[in-house]
Amino acid sequence: MRNVNDTLIPVVGVITDIRIDTPDIKTFRVLTPDGKKPFDHRPGQCAMLSIPGVGEAMFSITSSPTNTEYMEFSIKKCGCVTDWLHAAEVGQQLTVRGPYGKPFPVDDEFAGENLLFIAGGVGLAPLRSVINYCRHYRDRYGKIDIVYGSRSKDDLLDYEEIIEEWTKDTGVDVHLTIDNPQEGWDGHVGFVPNFVKELGFETNKTAIICGPPIMIKFTLDGLVALGFEKTQIYTTLELKMKCGVGKCGRCNVGAKYVCKDGPVFRMDEISELPDEY
Amino acid sequence: MLKITADKFPQMFGAINESMSLYLPVDRSDGKAEFKKWQEGDVWSDALNTERSAKDFFFPQSENLMKFKMEGKSIEVIDIRDENEDFVIFGARGCDVRSFDILDRVFLADPVDSFYKNRREHATVVSVACSRPAETCFCSSFGIDCTNPAGDVTLWREADAIYMEANTEKGDALLEKLSAFSEECDTKAVDAQKEKTAKILSKLPLKDLGTDAFGSGKTKEFFDSPLWSALSESCLGCGTCTFVCPTCQCYDIKEFNTGSEVIRYRCWDSCMYSDFTRMAHGNNRNSQVERFRQRFMHKLVYYPENNDGIFSCVGCGRCLSKCPISMNIVKVMKALGGNENA
Repeated sequence: MRNVNDTLIPVVGVITDIRIDTPDIKTFRVLTPDGKKPFDHRPGQCAMLSIPGVGEAMFSITSSPTNTEYMEFSIKKCGCVTDWLHAAEVGQQLTVRGPYGKPFPVDDEFAGENLLFIAGGVGLAPLRSVINYCRHYRDRYGKIDIVYGSRSKDDLLDYEEIIEEWTKDTGVDVHLTIDNPQEGWDGHVGFVPNFVKELGFETNKTAIICGPPIMIKFTLDGLVALGFEKTQIYTTLELKMKCGVGKCGRCNVGAKYVCKDGPVFRMDEISELPDEY
Repeated sequence: MLKITADKFPQMFGAINESMSLYLPVDRSDGKAEFKKWQEGDVWSDALNTERSAKDFFFPQSENLMKFKMEGKSIEVIDIRDENEDFVIFGARGCDVRSFDILDRVFLADPVDSFYKNRREHATVVSVACSRPAETCFCSSFGIDCTNPAGDVTLWREADAIYMEANTEKGDALLEKLSAFSEECDTKAVDAQKEKTAKILSKLPLKDLGTDAFGSGKTKEFFDSPLWSALSESCLGCGTCTFVCPTCQCYDIKEFNTGSEVIRYRCWDSCMYSDFTRMAHGNNRNSQVERFRQRFMHKLVYYPENNDGIFSCVGCGRCLSKCPISMNIVKVMKALGGNENA
């Protein structure tokens, strides 16, 4: 037997905590069997999780790189692997490999900028990593605005952390919205793209959008209407992936591979891609 | 240049096979050639090319990556790779030898695919020059000289003898092993063969197939072309073209549950298949025209964009003879390149 490392060969991880966030999203805390973080990553990067016999799939790492103790994944129940994960219990082992992909340019283009995060539904999962990174290094960034919406109050991911931590930070404004009126909700009601337009942000910001494709599309239109340039807007793409390193061919769009050239793209880069993502 | 006469071939194959596994094209019972591990008595095929390309040597149709032992909530990851042994690919054509470079740029790019790399490092490639190129051949369109192919050793075959020249250290080492059977010779026979082959090449129907219209930066020009729908209309999505293609390298990772353990393996896949890009939340290529376009855009535009302008086609012509509806990259290039009559 030959023991050569290969990125396709994963390490074993253990689910040490499962948080029920919403009716269809759970957040899984993952450590190695000896209690360490599986590997370091940058905000926006992803990892391949698998349950042998069920399948392997790519997930964004939702915990911040500044969290040195563990890694977290917020996962929506929507397919084979995620169904299985949602049925798993604490102590279950899985396999993990990564990190994969190009991160958000938090230490380059984002440095010194005002940041506007816009998320819809489970789209907050990849942004939570960036938001908490920027909160950790608060003095490196200007004002931070976070617009987050979901179907209902119960569908808002990380609600407790948002209320208990994010809203209490200085220089951080959180704007929450839900799609339809709901008892016990006195906040904004309406879709994210319209809410962004209503809030009418100034264009002295870098915007970071993540959510369902339709929400990204209309939010982008809204930002452009407000005067934002495409070079000021970042988002993430998501396509079928098997290898995670630009070889299996599935996530190829134009000359880019979403797994290695993305998942983070600037809007002007996306405009150059053929329209099949 | 070294010469070995035909009567010494069995001894020569035996000598190579002593220290390394030897693979060479052998005729099957249906008359088609296929690379086979040499055994005493096997006769080296005279066919122009093998049915399947030589990519199997480095990127096999399926291979086990690892296995998992599952017990309760626990998982053990087990590396199940065998030690690779040195082997010789004897008699690969210039087109297939070029395909190794094209695959290298994918599998050896960072992070290196160690499964591929291990096999690549253990191989010595002996190419054989073509003396009877076929009507389906168009390797010259991609800058390949089939009369002087690359490889660790280049070989020219005549009825009564072979002529060989080493191009690399590995090639030198191999020819060293054959010194008992070989003799030094001049290049007269080889020059004559090259000249004869050049005459055939100049008469081939696809000799003027041009690539100038394609390459890096042509995405916008071709992606929305109205021609794709007519070109792809009859495509069955069978994936034969991708399987016989020496440069198609897309793969799937799948698992086999034996009951006591799970074996994770990878196998060839095809962008022509309807489930290739399908995931839980949808499919970004729902129609065959989109999948068809992806295959040719990748070979003619996307791959060159990422690889110094090199196309991901070697003109071997396998897809021309194998496609059940007779659609192929030549027709696509002619139509898109506005050169219907070339």
